[in-house]
Amino acid sequence: MNFEDIRKRALQEWQEFQDPGKARILIGTGTCGRAAGADQVLEVIQKTIVEQDIEATVSETGCIGLCYAEPLVELQKPNGPRVLYGNLTEESIGPLLTDFFSGDDLNTSMALATTSAVSADDIPPLNELPMLKPQVRVVLKNCGVIDPENIDHYIASGGYAGLDKALQMEPEQIIAEVKASGLRGRGGAGFSTGTKWEFCRRAESDIKYMICNADEGDPGAFMDRSVIESDPHAVLEGLIIAAIAIGAEQGYIYVRAEYPLAIQRLETAMEQARQNDLLGDHILGSDLNFHLQIKKGAGAFVCGEETALLASIEGTRGMPRSRPPFPAQSGLYGKPTNINNVETLANVPVILREGSDQFSAQGTEKSRGTKTFALAGKVTRTGLVEVPLGISVRDIVFGIGGGIPGGKEFKAVQTGGPSGGCIPAELLDTPVDYEKLAEAGAIMGSGGLVVMDEDTCMVEIARYFVNFTQEESCGKCVPCRLGTHQMLQILQDITSGGGSLDDIALLEEIGHSVRLGSLCGLGQTAPNPVLTTIRYFRDEYEAHINDSTCPAGTCERLLSYSILPDNCVGCGACIRACPVEAITGEKKEPHLLGQALCIKCGACFDVCKFDAVLRE
Amino acid sequence: MNRITITIDGKAVETTEGSTILEAALAAGIYIPHLCHSPGLKPYGACRMCIVEIEGMRGMPSSCTTAATDGMVIRNDVEQVNKVRKMTCEMLIADHPLTCLTCQANQDCELQTLSSYLGIQESRLRRMTRDPKPEKDESNPFYTRDLDKCILCGNCTRACHELRGVGAIEISGRGYRSRVAAFGDAPVLESNCVSCGECVDRCPVAALTAKKETVPPSAFTITTCIYCGVGCGLSLGTRSNKIVQVLGDKESIVNRGSLCVKGRFGLDFVSSEDRLTTPLIRRNGQLEEADWDEALGFVAEKLKAIKEEHGSDALAGLSSAKCTNEENYLFQKFFRAGLGTNNVDHCARLCHASTVAGLARAFGSGAMTNSIDELEYADCILIIGSNTTEAHPVLALKIKAAVRSHGATLVVADPRRIEMTQFASLHIRQRSGSDVALINAMLNVIIEEKLLNEEFINSRTEDFDKVRECVADNTPEWAEPITGVAAEDIRTAARAYATAQRSSIVYSMGITQHTTGTDNVLALANLAMLTGNVGKESTGVNPLRGQNNVQGACDLGALPNVYPGYQKVDDAEIHDKFEAAWEATLSDQPGLTVTEIINAAAEGDVKGLYVMGENPMLSDPNLNHVKEALESIDFLCVQDIFLTETARLADVVLPAVSFAEKDGTYTNTERRVQRVRKAIDPPGQARADWKILCALAGRMEYPMAYEHPSEIMDEIADVTPIYGGISYPRIGKVGLQWPCPDKDHPGTVFLHEGEFKRGKGKFHPTPFRAADEEPDSDFPLLLTTGRYLYHWHTRTMTSRTEGLEQICPPVPVEIHPEDAAREGITEGATVEVSSRRGTIHANAVVTERSPLGTVFMAFHFHEGAANTLTNDAIDPIAKIPEYKVCAVKIKAAADRPAEIGAI
Repeated sequence: MNFEDIRKRALQEWQEFQDPGKARILIGTGTCGRAAGADQVLEVIQKTIVEQDIEATVSETGCIGLCYAEPLVELQKPNGPRVLYGNLTEESIGPLLTDFFSGDDLNTSMALATTSAVSADDIPPLNELPMLKPQVRVVLKNCGVIDPENIDHYIASGGYAGLDKALQMEPEQIIAEVKASGLRGRGGAGFSTGTKWEFCRRAESDIKYMICNADEGDPGAFMDRSVIESDPHAVLEGLIIAAIAIGAEQGYIYVRAEYPLAIQRLETAMEQARQNDLLGDHILGSDLNFHLQIKKGAGAFVCGEETALLASIEGTRGMPRSRPPFPAQSGLYGKPTNINNVETLANVPVILREGSDQFSAQGTEKSRGTKTFALAGKVTRTGLVEVPLGISVRDIVFGIGGGIPGGKEFKAVQTGGPSGGCIPAELLDTPVDYEKLAEAGAIMGSGGLVVMDEDTCMVEIARYFVNFTQEESCGKCVPCRLGTHQMLQILQDITSGGGSLDDIALLEEIGHSVRLGSLCGLGQTAPNPVLTTIRYFRDEYEAHINDSTCPAGTCERLLSYSILPDNCVGCGACIRACPVEAITGEKKEPHLLGQALCIKCGACFDVCKFDAVLRE
Repeated sequence: MNRITITIDGKAVETTEGSTILEAALAAGIYIPHLCHSPGLKPYGACRMCIVEIEGMRGMPSSCTTAATDGMVIRNDVEQVNKVRKMTCEMLIADHPLTCLTCQANQDCELQTLSSYLGIQESRLRRMTRDPKPEKDESNPFYTRDLDKCILCGNCTRACHELRGVGAIEISGRGYRSRVAAFGDAPVLESNCVSCGECVDRCPVAALTAKKETVPPSAFTITTCIYCGVGCGLSLGTRSNKIVQVLGDKESIVNRGSLCVKGRFGLDFVSSEDRLTTPLIRRNGQLEEADWDEALGFVAEKLKAIKEEHGSDALAGLSSAKCTNEENYLFQKFFRAGLGTNNVDHCARLCHASTVAGLARAFGSGAMTNSIDELEYADCILIIGSNTTEAHPVLALKIKAAVRSHGATLVVADPRRIEMTQFASLHIRQRSGSDVALINAMLNVIIEEKLLNEEFINSRTEDFDKVRECVADNTPEWAEPITGVAAEDIRTAARAYATAQRSSIVYSMGITQHTTGTDNVLALANLAMLTGNVGKESTGVNPLRGQNNVQGACDLGALPNVYPGYQKVDDAEIHDKFEAAWEATLSDQPGLTVTEIINAAAEGDVKGLYVMGENPMLSDPNLNHVKEALESIDFLCVQDIFLTETARLADVVLPAVSFAEKDGTYTNTERRVQRVRKAIDPPGQARADWKILCALAGRMEYPMAYEHPSEIMDEIADVTPIYGGISYPRIGKVGLQWPCPDKDHPGTVFLHEGEFKRGKGKFHPTPFRAADEEPDSDFPLLLTTGRYLYHWHTRTMTSRTEGLEQICPPVPVEIHPEDAAREGITEGATVEVSSRRGTIHANAVVTERSPLGTVFMAFHFHEGAANTLTNDAIDPIAKIPEYKVCAVKIKAAADRPAEIGAI
């Protein structure tokens, strides 16, 4: 098939989608939307338009990134403004539809933004929202805008033009273009993508493999899932271009089985790409072939590490092996293999289509382009964001995220998940780029940003992440398997009041050894949360150890409970709640809590309606 | 390989390109600490003890996984590296039970060595304990798994996967709960573990320990295994005149340290209470103890009397494939020169007589054409009639490696679903007894599809046209109803074999033990010659010999028609040569074969039989007939280490010694002459077979006097051209492969390069003939016999090892589920198996390993001796009996005889 013909067809399809000549309803049904109830909302929409005889097209789209406001629905009457509504429920959507389509009432107070050229009174345009205004959306451009299950939507917005262009180029030229863009691996390590391709291109072999790593596993990270769910063709196009560049005819997408919607959308996209001669034999009539297969991971965090991922595809236990040899020399089944992360690949079509200059115009000297982040934790507006590299942490947390809710104090932000580190308030102006984050003891990571406020205990955070890496360690190398367990034991002691001052130095020493001694990235970065929290919040460690107190008031074993006789009305609720009969007292008389028996479970605190239980 | 130089801590180290930093360092005598490096296993990099700093590289890479490159600068014994190592080691110590003083691995523990090297006195870390503490897995009779002591170095799991191709254990779980586990965390005995002990030998701590190895050896003796023809090198650890540990000899070119369950754990027989320790003479129907003087005098007197009264040919001798080359040489020399008869044979008649006959006719030499090591590099391997993993387990490792590491195509042709089929790309289940039809059809395909090697046929062979004509009609469609194999599968097999660069045929008794045994072998020779797959590396026709020294017993003339080195007794020139060398008058008539000797004994033509280390009362076909023969004979002398079923019938029993108690040589299946070395003293009055023979010959007025077996070998070299260059000093550590005609010859790795032994390779037409006895309405099932991994031959040795008996108790009969259902037989039920020659009891194992219509039994068990049933019809040329096909019927038994045990 000729690409020009495909594009013409796509543009027409897109035009019809944009202007169906009747009312238009768009709903985000990514995993984030569904988790917030989008499926139920959609059901009510379908029912309502039939009942009320509203003539409208109903389409599903992906995630626009405003996760805090899901489920999101966009409504438009023919030639009217497009208005985006958030936080909808089964109850609120019906009346909204009635008002919007029958009553000419935009319900301005419920509206988030307009997304059309036609403006509406008092409703801000989408890109003026404080969450979106500082963002530069390259990878997320189509997310929440197109129907991810319609290839024509993707093509109409410029999709596969990069592939079409790549087909006219020599592989070396493609690689040169990607190198010139300065694109670095978005999976976390930040290695130059073009250089990685070049190594694989130069490796001599009859067979080579191209793999997309979609085994997103950091707690709180969901960038890759959203991109696949909302714009799967962008990933496919990047994969195909990469395969052409390195000379691979077989590829895999390694995606975790916990992402069923992403898998389904990838399968649909792959099928559509095959039907359009964009995948398979003779891509767009050329001599080039690329066959792609999805491989589902079984949920082992370590399988995001590329050598463990290869072992998993080969059908063996997902355990990393030492590098060198690098996969570019000896990868899947011993053949040269290139592995790129989802977001990395999603950047590739843009670079090819619009040129490396355009791409590298964003970002800093060494960290070009944009980066997506999953903003989560104690922040007002959570969601998926994309910013130019070099933006400050402050701009993300306070600008885009709207700061800390409930008037609490910002304490730190964790980047890079369990492999990353925390950045304290005094470093809020640190620019987000690979080198600067590393200097601060954190890492860019794949893009998780977890915000913590004054109620977060940093020792407990370190314990939480070490517990995660310990559980997810593959067990192969000693420092990771036992070193993380040792750190975990010490941190458990500290958070329960059993630590000693020597433990801080010991943690640092173990952390140092685990970092240097471990086999793969998982172990090498596992001590980061411990080392950065010691570096920036040593006082919290010391408070736990010296004073047996948890400054944030979350380490249960360090809390003490007592009953304030002045507030206690003697209702007996705490007596009934206490599982160990530590509380005694007569009715209507102030009760007494026996410290010797108390197990610090907090049940009395939770049930007391009179603020008579003191926790300190 | 290029030589390169690297620098470790300022010291220049030369090494070969491709070796790792650790290998280079260790070879140069530089210690880099390590726990998970184990020679022969792929680099793993888990223990992180061997980390180093390398200029130009980030962090601390492990030296065991990093290839050395020219000019590399490495820092090893420096503070910053040792600091990390020390902490890592402290972690292991904190996780390891500190019970060193009572630990079986004390003083032999790599973690202990490492702690001491790094100077760890006490750990500052928290003690790490598992909750609940893992229980010891004592399920396997030979070894204990104590996961509490495991350091997860992965040596055991990797050895099990990479080296053994078994995969009984794998690392399971994650994080601190990671552990070595059999499938589903079940006891290891319930897994597919084959108890080879490779994991035990490679465990650096005491997580895996051999149950019986509680006393450390005080000395080690390098010798050769007594079991199969592979000839694995053994290192016998001894203390106080006992074998206390058995390890594979890592320097042996044959096994490189690997062993199977029998070699590793099955040598208890050496110190068995049942060993014969004194000569026995039958008096008043009872065997009674006697002294050597009396016993030898009695034997000499009897032999003389028979010779004088009935002539030399009224005497016969069965030599032994379990005895040394030197002993076999002396035995046949004693019979030929001392007694004047060529009636000397041994059990090779029953296993590979057809190989010797067939390959000698086709190629001019009746031995394995190529070497064990070469198998790993073949592109296609055709296994036919060899249950390789059970009968030749260590050799099977090479075939597994060929498939797994080098991508070879494996075709297995065997009626049974043997373990090797798991590695095969094609399993052909030909009906027992139809091999010629199968092979002829493969020849037909190769000729029809022009996949033959015309250049080889024209220049190196003769009589091809006869075969072309013979197989012209033998199409796959013709063969399908005979063999039961789909025509398309025959084509696939033929193409795979013919089109691979280097194709190797491996076969064993599934080919030879037929009335068409010689034809089977000739047909395989045709296949190899047709495609030019002989006379070059990693090809050939490779019979796997059964007994440890069956090759040597044949080589040294324990055959009725040839002197040592296959020199014919009826060739006048050769005959004269031996008369001169042995200073005696020799018979120029070929003698009787094993089967003929038994028949002659039954008919009264053979009056006196001398058996050295054989047990025909269990190993020969149609046992009731054998029993009658041996009971009717005038004089039976048995020389053995146990009172075997045969010895119980003897007039005189002479106590011999085991392989661990004498010196000598064995020749393995690849023609490699290897040393047997004395490790301990024999029990009681037992004497080495060669010493008994010399003493007896002395009393028979044919003195044979040697101080040491090496002198016998020197004499062998003088009269045996293929052994002409072999001597004890030259055999050394790795042995020497014959033909080795002179003192400067390096030995021969593969035969027939450039020219066949007989000049041109000769094609022999082999028209298909059916087996002697096919199933019919009276006996509707086909019985085929074979072996189990856990037992050896007539079980004389293996039944003395409790664990082997536990894993493989008597007496299983394998039957297909449909056949079982028809007869109302359930798993474990006692059944009666009958043929025209007898009836035995056995326990039913209902399994699809057996094809429909075929039952399988091993011949190991006297409690239910399969050879009571087998047919003694023989191959007309090789005189080998048809053990592999006879007709039987099977029915549920009314009662269970106690001796057959239970499954």
